[in-house]
Amino acid sequence: MMDTNLLWYLFVAAIMLLITGFYCIFLTYNLIRALIGIELLIKAATLLIIAAGYITGRVALAQAIVITLIVVEVVFIVVATGVVIGLHKQNGTLDTRKLRNLKG
Amino acid sequence: MQISNTLNLIVIITLVMAGLWTIMTRSLIRSAIGLALTSAVLTILMFRLDSWLAAVFELSVCSGLISVVFISTISLTEPLTKSEVLKHMKDRLHRFMYLPLLILVVGVGLSLIKVKLNFQLPAAEIETDARKVLWNLRDLDLLGQVAIIMTGIFGVIIFFREMRRR
Repeated sequence: MMDTNLLWYLFVAAIMLLITGFYCIFLTYNLIRALIGIELLIKAATLLIIAAGYITGRVALAQAIVITLIVVEVVFIVVATGVVIGLHKQNGTLDTRKLRNLKG
Repeated sequence: MQISNTLNLIVIITLVMAGLWTIMTRSLIRSAIGLALTSAVLTILMFRLDSWLAAVFELSVCSGLISVVFISTISLTEPLTKSEVLKHMKDRLHRFMYLPLLILVVGVGLSLIKVKLNFQLPAAEIETDARKVLWNLRDLDLLGQVAIIMTGIFGVIIFFREMRRR
């Protein structure tokens, strides 16, 4: 059984992961690093769902939702990395400042 | 109880540090490894919060499969030249140097508040087995998962076929 104070620390950790992920997405110019930032956001969401399930006593339901989240996460990452590889083949770079094919 | 709480706190701090390292490190490969490490530490926390089934999924899929996908993508894209790396390093340092400070301030600030969380709902959980919840109560989720997987498969097939045609 986890201490209630520690559960609050879990929420604090999730918020810190969210900030790290958002900071990365907003300030990076590399597409792969942006995807890693999104992954960190998903990790924070997973932690929040599991902690919420534990606090409310709905651990099984929280696990079922997290399993669905993991499936969505994998499919998203596979398609997104496919797009990243395609963009690299087309433009020879992953720097978002240089990807201006759709401009205008 | 005291040792257990200390252990939990160490795992929580390790999780945040792993996430921070993932973003702060220069090399993309190290970033991918950092992400795998974050997933592995999250798995330990999930085990400690009684979510064994989801923890196994997290460890095998997120820590294993997604890291492989990231490392494959990084190896398929060309690395930067030495001069580009040096220029990129300076630029990156300017942009990311405030992140550890921001994380520290938010972490210490929120930890000082110390809210006692206790949201036990009045009715007990109907089903305590996650597998039964997934099959009996959340069966539409499974249908959604199949639809998402098929969308991903067809998306990748169409995308790479278009690339080959060009």
